[in-house]
Amino acid sequence: MNIIILGAGQVGSTVAESLVSEDNDITVVDLDAAKLKLLQDRLDLRTLVGNASHPSILQQAGIEDADMLLAVTQSDEVNMVACKLAASLYNTPTKIARIRSADYLAHPVIFDEKNFCVDFSICPEQILTDYIRKLIEFPEALQVLEFANGKVSLVAVRAFEGGPLVGQPLSFMHTHMPHVDARVAAIFRQDRSILPTGETIIEAGDEVFFIAATENIRIVLKELRRMDKPAKRVMIMGGGNIGRRLALALEREYQVKLVEYNKKSCERLAGELSKTLVLHGDCTDENLLLSENVGDVDVFCALTNDDENNIMSSLLAKSGGASKVISLINRSAYVGLVQGGKIDIALSPAHVTIGSLLAYVRHGDVAAVHSLRRGAAEALELIAHGDRQSSKVVGRRIDEIDLPQGATIGAMVRDDVVIMAHHDRLIEPDDHVIIFVINKQIIRKVEKLFQIGIGFF
Amino acid sequence: MYRALTVIHALGLMLILFSITYLLPIITSEIYDDGTLIDFAWAMLMTFLAGSLMWTLTKRYKGELSVRHGYLLVVVMWTAIPAFATLPLLMVLPNLSFTDAYFETMSGLTTTGATVLTGLDGMSKAINLWRHELNWLGGMGIIVLAVAIMPLLGIGGRQLYKAETPGPMKDSTLTPRITETARNLWLVYLSITIACIVSLKVAGMSWFDAVCHAFAAMGLGGFSTHDESVGFFNSPAIEVVLIVFMLLSAMNFATHFLAWREKSLRQYWSDIEGIATVIVVLASSLLIGCYLWWEGVYPSFWTALRHASFNLVSLATDCGFAGEDFNKWPIFAPLWMLFLSCVVASSGSTGGGIKMVRTMILFKQAGREFRKLLHPAAINPMKVGGSVIPNAIVFSVLGFIFLYFMSVVMLTFALLISGLDFISAFSAIIACINNAGPGLGVVGPASNYGVLTDFQTWVCTLAMLIGRLEIITLLIIFTPKFWQR
Repeated sequence: MNIIILGAGQVGSTVAESLVSEDNDITVVDLDAAKLKLLQDRLDLRTLVGNASHPSILQQAGIEDADMLLAVTQSDEVNMVACKLAASLYNTPTKIARIRSADYLAHPVIFDEKNFCVDFSICPEQILTDYIRKLIEFPEALQVLEFANGKVSLVAVRAFEGGPLVGQPLSFMHTHMPHVDARVAAIFRQDRSILPTGETIIEAGDEVFFIAATENIRIVLKELRRMDKPAKRVMIMGGGNIGRRLALALEREYQVKLVEYNKKSCERLAGELSKTLVLHGDCTDENLLLSENVGDVDVFCALTNDDENNIMSSLLAKSGGASKVISLINRSAYVGLVQGGKIDIALSPAHVTIGSLLAYVRHGDVAAVHSLRRGAAEALELIAHGDRQSSKVVGRRIDEIDLPQGATIGAMVRDDVVIMAHHDRLIEPDDHVIIFVINKQIIRKVEKLFQIGIGFF
Repeated sequence: MYRALTVIHALGLMLILFSITYLLPIITSEIYDDGTLIDFAWAMLMTFLAGSLMWTLTKRYKGELSVRHGYLLVVVMWTAIPAFATLPLLMVLPNLSFTDAYFETMSGLTTTGATVLTGLDGMSKAINLWRHELNWLGGMGIIVLAVAIMPLLGIGGRQLYKAETPGPMKDSTLTPRITETARNLWLVYLSITIACIVSLKVAGMSWFDAVCHAFAAMGLGGFSTHDESVGFFNSPAIEVVLIVFMLLSAMNFATHFLAWREKSLRQYWSDIEGIATVIVVLASSLLIGCYLWWEGVYPSFWTALRHASFNLVSLATDCGFAGEDFNKWPIFAPLWMLFLSCVVASSGSTGGGIKMVRTMILFKQAGREFRKLLHPAAINPMKVGGSVIPNAIVFSVLGFIFLYFMSVVMLTFALLISGLDFISAFSAIIACINNAGPGLGVVGPASNYGVLTDFQTWVCTLAMLIGRLEIITLLIIFTPKFWQR
């Protein structure tokens, strides 16, 4: 695909990196030549210096032949204007804009065909916030991802000694909890994947991915590990876009403390948030953490935009006694270093948010994509179309489908009803099928399965 | 000095304007033929002439008023207009001293509702209407009225408006132009008053009583046409109507205006101050009702609740109608009512006292101090109803509270030294500075302020003016700095 990306910030560059690796032609536009140079040195793409909302620059970037415009600059307004221009002047088929302001998002009519022509709006900060919120809601999980409007969830959890299912074969799961339907999609043992079968035995320390209806998550989690008490006290480091949104989302149900370094931002935050306690200070100041009782904190989130600060304050919090620490880490090299050590969860913002963009770039009708294990694996929500003649999946039993090795079907959602995938279930047209793919190389093959044959038209 | 003449010029204009308000009692006198028409006509003429004289003689000094002279004008006006308003009283009631007449008109214009007159039932209708009209005019403010109908006043209208309107936060206006704001506030005030008149008539008053009591209720003044006040009617229906309209008047008229403009009640929901006012008043009514029933003051719970709620709402909102002689109640009840009169009325309402928003700010300030000790690093803004209040306003509220309590204490001492007993002195000052009306002891609801000596009457008059102009506006002109060039 021919894609133009406006803005070479954090989102722009990670998206560019991810899309280049999937065989797309990318042009990146930004005002900052230095940023662009960095990108061009590393990746196989074209760059252009200029104002992203000027028609002449768009034209130079080759918008006339572009299949997609990704406007992810810092400014909502520039992004909206760029989409409008692309639509009015060049008829670009797909236009995606990053919109951060809740004020704009509150009026969907702004984005429709008659106005700014934004086909899809994304807000990476919001996605990240939702993601962290899920982790706080289920403190035992390493990752909670939602599909089909939150009906189905994919949960990653580390199995612990003492969970009823640990040390048992997977087939035991069904006899132990007959009323709850859940499927184990994958197991990672010492960072190597194991394709689950009925005989696979869950060992302590395994990272288990299971799919279940969202209301059943807690029951399944209980089978794999001892449950902690639900979180009550949350401490957030950094009052930037993510910290602020998270505090706003949590403050009604949790006791939230937020630490921010900048006094001006502190004052603004304190005005905006109603129940959160806003503290002014350095997030690596152990005296501050101790005097604010970091030892009693259930979830500690380090969300500043500085990796090193996040890591250090998370380590401080953990040694100070915080039950669970989550750290935001941009550099992927660091993520591998710290995750699973003292820091419980290391989040790479790029990997959390990239999925929402990938869904629009993929072939076939993809409703959602979630990147897993730092981009090595992926979970997709695909919509099946056509009939038995035109499609390779519709009208077939699950065990009849020619799935490539490494992909498993976890569940289907049909008319808002969750159906767990068993080998004899039939796939019907318009089913949302949730597929777990261990290996990124086979994603194309899976997508192809779901594309409909020529005969359909 | 030239500037002072500018103030006189503006005052002249105000008096000319004020002379128009004599028309209402003149018409009343014509209708009921009570023989006071000529007195009111004379009063009107004298006020008009005095005003025109001031206005024409100082015409050369017409000009924009500075902030400083705005304060001066407000204070001069609030002392001069009550003086002119005494003219008909002095002419119709020859036995009335100027001291008592001035007290009466000041009580009317500051919406206090304390009276020195007895035999109200038999008094001429025009005089009664005049007293109630003063209540009504003073409620929304005579300067606000002047700004509303005379944009040509052109004398720093916004400054005057700020000096007269009660409440700590005066910078928010409802419309781009101050004239428009003032006009809209008066329109809302007028419409609600008309609704009140009609409701009172339906509840069983005569038209004349309905008009008078509606004026008194809307201005939260509390004058009545009867010596027994509202207790005369002994009608639960009238009391319910008055409770509703007193509560409406105790809310910010800006909220009424916004609700009226948007034709929705949502505005009331976001008026934190108004909600607090209503909740405190209703909860206290229930409390006092239960207390009176428990103490056996009234045999049935419902009677106790009826009397408790009417008298409490009346006193707490700084209106001051009396339905019962609450002087005879156990002391907790009337003292609690007087305490509420200090805090309950909203800013931008027609009531007096500290105002609910200042009370809320003080409460939150106390919470802030505690939080500061527990979390030294916490950023701790003052928030009322979700929006941040700048520290400057918090300080000004603290300063106001200090002046308020000092005024109460000093004026109480002044009454004590003149020989009044403590309960009467303290309650009279509280009732006057809050513009509430009846106090306890010798100035209780069953008697009136006529028993006070001249000195005591003047102290109470001063207390009313201090309360209506929210202390600072009045005291500022007594500071040496004010007169330094």
